[in-house]
Amino acid sequence: MTSAVAARPSHQHAKAATGGSRDRRRVRPARLGLHTFLMAVSLAFLAPLLLAVYASLRPYQETAKYGYFSLPRHLSFDYYRQAFTEGEMSKYFVNSLIIAVPALLLTLFFASFVAFSVSRIQLRGRVFLLVMFTAGNLLPQQVIVTPLYALFNRIPLPYWMSDSMTMYDSYWAVIAVQVAFQTGFCVFVLANFMRTLPMEIIEAAIVDGAGVWTQYWRITLPLCRPAVAALATLQFTWMYNDFLWALVFMSSGDKLPITSALNNLRGQFFTDYNLLAAGSVMVALPTILVFMILQRQFIAGLTLGANKG
Amino acid sequence: MPQIITRRAGRRGPRRFSPRDLAVLGVLLGIPVLLEIGLVWGPTFASIGLSFTSWDGVGSIHWVGTRNYHDLFTNYPPFWRAARNNLLWLGFLGLIATPFGLLLAVLLDKNIRFSRFYQSTLYMPVVLSLAVVGFITQLVFSRDQGALNAVLANTDNPTDWLGDPSLNIWAILLAAAWRHTGYVMILFLAGLKSVDPALEEAAAIDGASEVQAFFRVVLPALRPVNVIVVVITVIEALRAFDIVYAVNHGRNGLELLSVLVTDNIIGEASRIGFGSAIAVVLLTISLGFIVTYLVQEMREERKP
Repeated sequence: MTSAVAARPSHQHAKAATGGSRDRRRVRPARLGLHTFLMAVSLAFLAPLLLAVYASLRPYQETAKYGYFSLPRHLSFDYYRQAFTEGEMSKYFVNSLIIAVPALLLTLFFASFVAFSVSRIQLRGRVFLLVMFTAGNLLPQQVIVTPLYALFNRIPLPYWMSDSMTMYDSYWAVIAVQVAFQTGFCVFVLANFMRTLPMEIIEAAIVDGAGVWTQYWRITLPLCRPAVAALATLQFTWMYNDFLWALVFMSSGDKLPITSALNNLRGQFFTDYNLLAAGSVMVALPTILVFMILQRQFIAGLTLGANKG
Repeated sequence: MPQIITRRAGRRGPRRFSPRDLAVLGVLLGIPVLLEIGLVWGPTFASIGLSFTSWDGVGSIHWVGTRNYHDLFTNYPPFWRAARNNLLWLGFLGLIATPFGLLLAVLLDKNIRFSRFYQSTLYMPVVLSLAVVGFITQLVFSRDQGALNAVLANTDNPTDWLGDPSLNIWAILLAAAWRHTGYVMILFLAGLKSVDPALEEAAAIDGASEVQAFFRVVLPALRPVNVIVVVITVIEALRAFDIVYAVNHGRNGLELLSVLVTDNIIGEASRIGFGSAIAVVLLTISLGFIVTYLVQEMREERKP
């Protein structure tokens, strides 16, 4: 295992002769260069986030006078309080959950069943099904936005389901689109995962007289727990982060999810960017927490699709 | 021998389902398939159909043939600005952010210390909402208070990174790359872990340098990941929307095809036929890549 940085090994070795006293612990200079580079990139990647946190703690007058990149004179959580009270961020956060939680559960349920059908049952047309779901998720959203907008405006819903009396401007529209769109990705990932499970388990169950539901719910799904957990983490973040669907399919401001509601913190004539920074940090916080706690699941969710078992 | 063949054929052939099985399959396969057709594929084909019509979303629909496309290409300046920006987006992600993500993945694959810290940090922007990325972009690039102008000590005659229509797309692209790099890095990193180290060792014994071994042996072995990364890069470039919308609603130099589609439905003038024509342009470009990807996927599917 050589440690030289692929791009510039000779240069680093040349430095080794001169910088010998620095690496008493026999740290190779190439390694040092590598760490310097990675540390610099990491800091550069972290800087915008830290800047947002920093800006959110400082009053507008101060940053307006000295800029965001200056020493602090006053630090406070006032903007967070303001975002909560005037910006009603907690209401929008609940809206996000109203959309993301049912959409997530439905997506995982349907996708796991479709994946089970295309990978574990010898159905006719299973490759077609798989292609239909996988390709559907790869379409740019804007391709389907316009007809859906017209469609949702024409689907009447009773008042108890939607106060707009149509599917347009209701949670139903956003949830339905999220489920339809994200099922494709989950089917693809779960079908790949299920294919790595031994078929003998299912065959043994069939011999014991298990029906399709038992094969799916009792036999296959429990074995998919890691993959489903990974997808749940990833999909929750994606659905929570969504911006476009709510923007296009909702018109009343008080139903918006938190990402779209960020715009409300922008004033009509004047925007307090520090307030906006506080809002951004609040929107980002749940996803960053999810990522920190469930990092392994998150990464597994992404890579399960790219690398087969 | 013949017995074995018939047994295999018997197992492969369609199984007989009980009525209960059929009901379960019908409902639980039927609902997602209906949703997928009704809310994804149906609208896709409807977009194609509507692109040949003139419709305001309320009145009657008129067939206008290819007039929308004609107007789009010859008579609608934002279209070419948007197409150029989407192309820049693709180029920037594909030629700068993606190779950079690959470089980071290769470096992190070397069993170094603090690898987890680096990975988490570089990956952090990926979990952010693109709308949030858009707002953070404003903090960095804003003319009067932004951090970049302060770092550059550029306060007397500050550069308006986001307001100058010839500059702002580059600021946005940096923000997009910020998020894209980590995403690509994770995919490559997972791919690299699955490459057999014996391959590299064999190449080294044959006298290949580390760089040669990487480009001639490791990278080709990553083919499935490479394909996914290319598809993700293209799709991200075509889907790009949230960041520019959060910054200035995609105007003044930040036009994108996706923004034009959205503007034509939620804007003041609802021109559904015209918006659909732009959507079809997006669809056509993406379809080539989607098909290539699926062909590769399904080829692997048929392997035992």
